[in-house]
Amino acid sequence: MMASSYNAKDEDGHITVSGPGGGTLRSKKPENTAFKQQRLPAWQPILTAGTVLPAFFIIGLIFIPIGIGLYVTSNNIKEFEIDYTGVDMSSPCFNCSQNFSWNSTRPCTCTIPFYLDQPYENNVFMYYGLSNFYQNHRRYVKSRDDSQLNGDLESLMKPSKECEPYAYHENKPIAPCGAIANSMFNGEPVSCCAHQTHSSFHLYLICLFTSLADTLELFYNDPNGTKIQIPMTATGIAWWTDKHVKFRNPTDNANLTAVFQGTTKPVNWRRPVYELDTDPQNNGFINEDFIVWMRTAALPTFRKLYRIIPKKNSMVPTLLRGNYTLEVVYNYPVRSFEGRKRMILSTISWMGGKNPFLGIAYITVGSVCFFLGVVLLIIHHKYGNRNNSADIAN
Amino acid sequence: VMYCNGFPSEERRVRANDREYNEKFQYASNCIMTSKYNIITFLPVNLFEQFQEVANTYFLFLLILQLIPQISSLSWFTTIVPLALVLSITAVKDATDDYFRHKSDNQVNNRQSQVLIRGSLQNEKWMNVRVGDIIKLENNQFVAADLLLLSSSEPHGLCYIETAELDGETNMKVRQSVSVTSELGDPNNLASFDGEVVCEPPNNKLDRFCGTLYWRDKKYTLTNQNMLLRGCVLRNTEACYGLVIFAGPDTKLMQNSGRTKFKRTSIDRLMNTLVLWIFGFLVCMGVILAVGNAVWEREVGSLFQSYLPWDPPVDNFLFSAFLSFWSYVIILNTVVPISLYVSVEVIRLGHSYFINWDQQMFCSQCNTAAEARTTTLNEELGQVEYIFSDKTGTLTQNIMSFNKCSINGQTYGEVTDPLGPQPKRLDFTPFNPLADPDFCFYDDTLLESVKVGDLHTHEFFRLLSLCHTVMSEEKSEGELVYKAQSPDEGALVTAARNFGFVFRSRTPGTITTIEMGRPVTYTLLAILDFNNIRKRMSVIVRNPEGKIRLYCKGADTVLLERLHPCNHELMNITSDHLNEYAADGLRTLALAYRDLSEDEWEAWSASHRCADKATDCREDRLAAAYEQIEQDMMLLGATAIEDKLQEGVPETIAVLSLANIKIWVLTGDKQETAVNIGYSCKMLTDDMTEVFIISGHTVQSVRQELRSEHLQCPPPPPPPPPPPPSNLMDNISGEFALIINGHSLAHALEADMETEFVSTACACKAVICCRVTPLQKAQVVELIKKHKKAVTLAIGDGANDVSMIKSAHIGVGISGQEGIQAVLASDYSFSQFRFLQRLLLVHGRWSYLRMCRFLCYFFYKNFAFTMVHFWFGFFCGFSAQTVYDQYFITLYNIVYTSLPVLAMGIFDQDVPDQRSLEYPKLYEPGQLNLLFNKKEFFICIAQGIYTSVVLFFVPYAVLSDATQSNGVPLADYQTFAVTTATALVIVVSVQITLDTGFWTVINHVFVWGSLGSYFTIMFALHSQTLFRIFPNQFHFVGSAQSTLLQPVVWLTIALATAICIVPVLAFRFLKLDLKPQLSDTVRYTQLVRQKKRKPGRLGARGGSRRSGYAFAHQEGFGELITSGKNMRLSSLALATFASRHSSSWIDTLRRKKHTHAHTPPSASGECSPAPSCVSGSVPPLSNSSSVLGGSQDTPIEEETGAAAPAQSMQIVPASSTQTTPALAPDSESAAPQGPAQALNAGVLSSSAVRCHGGDSPGGWTLTLGTVQVSCLL
Repeated sequence: MMASSYNAKDEDGHITVSGPGGGTLRSKKPENTAFKQQRLPAWQPILTAGTVLPAFFIIGLIFIPIGIGLYVTSNNIKEFEIDYTGVDMSSPCFNCSQNFSWNSTRPCTCTIPFYLDQPYENNVFMYYGLSNFYQNHRRYVKSRDDSQLNGDLESLMKPSKECEPYAYHENKPIAPCGAIANSMFNGEPVSCCAHQTHSSFHLYLICLFTSLADTLELFYNDPNGTKIQIPMTATGIAWWTDKHVKFRNPTDNANLTAVFQGTTKPVNWRRPVYELDTDPQNNGFINEDFIVWMRTAALPTFRKLYRIIPKKNSMVPTLLRGNYTLEVVYNYPVRSFEGRKRMILSTISWMGGKNPFLGIAYITVGSVCFFLGVVLLIIHHKYGNRNNSADIAN
Repeated sequence: VMYCNGFPSEERRVRANDREYNEKFQYASNCIMTSKYNIITFLPVNLFEQFQEVANTYFLFLLILQLIPQISSLSWFTTIVPLALVLSITAVKDATDDYFRHKSDNQVNNRQSQVLIRGSLQNEKWMNVRVGDIIKLENNQFVAADLLLLSSSEPHGLCYIETAELDGETNMKVRQSVSVTSELGDPNNLASFDGEVVCEPPNNKLDRFCGTLYWRDKKYTLTNQNMLLRGCVLRNTEACYGLVIFAGPDTKLMQNSGRTKFKRTSIDRLMNTLVLWIFGFLVCMGVILAVGNAVWEREVGSLFQSYLPWDPPVDNFLFSAFLSFWSYVIILNTVVPISLYVSVEVIRLGHSYFINWDQQMFCSQCNTAAEARTTTLNEELGQVEYIFSDKTGTLTQNIMSFNKCSINGQTYGEVTDPLGPQPKRLDFTPFNPLADPDFCFYDDTLLESVKVGDLHTHEFFRLLSLCHTVMSEEKSEGELVYKAQSPDEGALVTAARNFGFVFRSRTPGTITTIEMGRPVTYTLLAILDFNNIRKRMSVIVRNPEGKIRLYCKGADTVLLERLHPCNHELMNITSDHLNEYAADGLRTLALAYRDLSEDEWEAWSASHRCADKATDCREDRLAAAYEQIEQDMMLLGATAIEDKLQEGVPETIAVLSLANIKIWVLTGDKQETAVNIGYSCKMLTDDMTEVFIISGHTVQSVRQELRSEHLQCPPPPPPPPPPPPSNLMDNISGEFALIINGHSLAHALEADMETEFVSTACACKAVICCRVTPLQKAQVVELIKKHKKAVTLAIGDGANDVSMIKSAHIGVGISGQEGIQAVLASDYSFSQFRFLQRLLLVHGRWSYLRMCRFLCYFFYKNFAFTMVHFWFGFFCGFSAQTVYDQYFITLYNIVYTSLPVLAMGIFDQDVPDQRSLEYPKLYEPGQLNLLFNKKEFFICIAQGIYTSVVLFFVPYAVLSDATQSNGVPLADYQTFAVTTATALVIVVSVQITLDTGFWTVINHVFVWGSLGSYFTIMFALHSQTLFRIFPNQFHFVGSAQSTLLQPVVWLTIALATAICIVPVLAFRFLKLDLKPQLSDTVRYTQLVRQKKRKPGRLGARGGSRRSGYAFAHQEGFGELITSGKNMRLSSLALATFASRHSSSWIDTLRRKKHTHAHTPPSASGECSPAPSCVSGSVPPLSNSSSVLGGSQDTPIEEETGAAAPAQSMQIVPASSTQTTPALAPDSESAAPQGPAQALNAGVLSSSAVRCHGGDSPGGWTLTLGTVQVSCLL
């Protein structure tokens, strides 16, 4: 591109006309290889009616059954959803959502009754859903320190700049740092529950409001009037790699309090990270509720797995048909940004949860392909240039 | 001397043998440095150069943006990795180039040369030679610096140089030292030489030098004639001494090595426009998203601040929007990835290699393969619409063969039965031991006629052996080598030689021949040399018996009218023969003789001498003197010489014109010759309705000629040609041809006539411009470039084609016999004209196709890739969050999708090469630029955007509610990223499988390899191992496996792929089924075959004659021979003159200028013992007059010299009016009478033009008629 036209080589007379001694000149004939002569054997596909039309029919024939299968599967999945944000005056949580203030220490609980019109078999999954919550915002997504969460001691004390402005609080490093951790949705009700019976009111408060988070409790209202709490497990809700690779406590030392010495809790949290759970396998950075929250959502409306209601045995449905009560300890404010909070109960199939779109899309695409195939076939027969392939072969 | 009107302020002073003195001026040393870098400067300088490229700077700018944390939407490495890759590839290439430059510099700088230091010759390296040194050169050595020739081993201080490296002319040139210094023969004398040269500062004009030598209180004028320039090679001279005037970078060779003009292809320009548009688009997207950001931050973000506060410097939504604009510029910049430019270069390089490797463009005779000297123009080869071709050496081989002759009314050389067995080539050796074994002749009746001693035949060949300016060289006994000034002459003399009239040797006053084995020496009394006006040459010789005879050969038009009336009958027969020969495309000459009595000779000789000595109008007087004696001649016969076309020229031209390429021949040759060749290479055919000839000498006449022809043409296409003009043009232009002369062209090229000329010329199928100067060649090319917006290609082989080659979009050099100048200036070079069809129709077409497919796909894939971010912007608060993993963004363009598209861009073929040649119409889409234009671009973009919509919204719709089979939702960011990225890679891979038409192993490897590499790299990047080492860099740990194990994800990908591809497939199928592009091909297949089968029509054009005294474009050696100056030369030196024909006629004019500039007396007085009947003035090599006559007497005729071209033009009408006033009325009647009568029209035309041009319309029409007849014949 930038070469100057003169090259001393030219002066050197390398282009000397082949003189009498030119017999010794080596032949400059290019090699006769298929590559150099551009004669490599090659497959030269041509779009002909013979290939394209069957392709359309085949795509149609594959997609439509898949779509039907998916649709049926999806329809067999049971899903139940409650919005408990409390936007409406009539909503049980209206008061809680109105009275929220950041500094309030008073818990607000609301109870939402609902009715399941069919029994839920197998494992039932409980999700919390948030709307209009931008977990996928660039500044939000990057506001974390994976090294800290991976248990790196240096990062623990020196959180990455990405965590700003949630890296330090009162000159102490925040653990876990960053906006994601700071805005964690769900707290740890277990420990609170453990303290509920405690006599000391003071303690009760502390225990109940350790985290700025909602807690969801599900009760079955027995037809005979008793309220039975549905047992739920809080483990197994995170990705295996997250739980075992990505998130690690700084040491395997059981005494997390010592490990996190010198750090401070995220600003919005009421409890430090090492008090998220009593179970050492679910405490600190490897607390699964925390991990689930830290796996940011792709879209502003999302759901996250909250609890699993394990099936009892194959004979009895996990959740019977009947009346239930959802008890919400309403801590997490979303009204300010017009967010919504939901609770979802769902069963699962081989292809995951309820997903009618996929089935419908497959059926549609398959039908369109089939239809296109027919149309193209007609066009081809009516107007198609049938000499085409013959000419090419000529 | 003639240019020196006082030196510019910085003159150069050089004193011989005085290094201290010369060092004062700090002249450059003789060390040359063509390299650009050294080890230390390489990095900074190279980077500086690279960042002068806009693209690189742009990416640097992006990189800087990315370093601002508030803006950075991507990690710094997403830009720096591709940028570094690009920069390092370029740097490596530059470094390699520079390394070789260093090497060759070193090699050149370390050459040994003998320098005279303190009286003794010492070996010095070239780089240590200083200005003012005297160096000794030996035969075949390169000249080390620009030297003033001081003395030489040859007499008169002459020496011979070859300047092929300098200007590409292979002929030898003579240089002569100033006579005072030529006497300083040996080193001892030279050591004491202390002359001082004052001369012009370094410049790049190869053909001029002016300076003065001061020595011993005397001034001597120096000219280019005294200079040996660096780059020349000393030939045929034992040794010479020279004074270094310019060294190293100051030498003319180095001064001439400027940067070449960088040519760009139309695709390049289109690409640049599109890239600008895309930048505009990018800014629009950025603005839209920034506005979105502003709205979002105001409506939502500000409320959301409790969870996500603004970054510290941001205090309001407007500022946030401003930052977000730049963030989006960073993210969306991948619509024009840096790899675009690199990939384009790589593809072109690949195509260039294919050209270099093509065996079918290899010429085994000259052992030359085709060479793409420029690697950046390949696809333009597929779009050529106009070819401008040189004639000599390009269309023709420049080899003449004696083909037929007519002696005394008897024609010889006819091949009797064309269907019969191949006639036997005559074997001359038993008959004549001196015969040239390479000579071919098939008709043995001629040989018989010689053997039986037919007088006419003998006289015929005697004439051929005497009447010429060929020099002979006898290397060993009987091995004669002829050095002819033009190949025509060589062919004639060789013919005579084989038929027993061997021209053996000549002295200034004699010619020795061997006639039928018997040596005969003729006394050469005079040579009446050839020139373009006379179109004939004669010699006057005295045979051993003492009889004086004039032998004349010349153009039939001129010669036949100077015959003795008694020749009438013979003339008619011969004339018929001449017509036949001309119909076969042969170049004809008529031969005649005249016996002179002693008295006649004496009388004429005196008048000639008188004319010769005249100081004013010498040429006119000489011409008149010649005219006087060349009368009443007896016709001997005629010769027909075949100007051999290069192999396959007519076929190539036929194929190219079928491909709708218009071929213009631009030649310095005469009109007749050019028309001749036009017919023989089938550019002109008799089927043509009209062949227009424009040869007016004045503006008005040319204008009128153009207009009148314009009227005859059917209405030309409307001024702004509609998009598909080709078909239209075909219908109109099928039947016309235009032939225009150089002087008319000069007028036609004037601004006010340009458009008229272009529209007329472009309505014609063939255009031939004759007698054009190199400059005019370039002007014609520029004209078409300017008015037609078409791609032009110029092809030529000589130095006179360089300007045209440089100004055309594509320059092709034929590496033939005329040196390497054209090749050095060209973009492509090969050795045979016929390779042009392969270059254009195969390589060019493929290149264009590949480049177009590449660009379409490239823009498509990047829009599909990038626009996903745009859609995502609406769901992430316009925060410039990327959809994909940053590694994916980094690698997408350089790893995952680069190789398949490169493979397609390099290897793709739609039809095999033979088919491209079989169906030349396949070339048309390139000319019409159908495969990649703005429309195609928008289609690609639209497809890309559609794909991006599908790629975003299908996963969006599917994943937002989907969960894994263990209940974990799939809508997390990382799963979404992996799904979309995988779908993208798969979709673009499927798309390229659709686009690739030629699946070689390489394509398979690249496509599957890319897919494989995507998965491999993704799994690696998402692996635990890497995460454990750099937890902060690999956030996506585990995403790949947990995502890709989900059936839903694969169902999503399949769905997205189907939705993306199915419409494309349907659309392509419909297009192929309903409007197949190859259907045209079939039609044209028949057409080509018909054309090929059509017998080459011969003789149909009865009586039309395209004859010419074609053998010279310049004066011969007449004067040189008779002056005897060259006779002492070693035989090889003759080569100088032998190949002089190769220089353009501009050189002739220049040479004339020279001869004009010198006064005759000094020359004849100094060194010519030859008879006084010298026809011209002093030969070019002598400028000793300046030495003898003191310093300032030479520049007398400066003005005259400069005006020489104009003057010689004026002579044309003058002389012809003078000689043929009485015939002028005849010429007017000749036109209606038909061709057979209009033998003299060629001459008459000029007089007619002069007489009537512009006077009256009536007069004009007549002239036009005449002119057309003369040229049509």
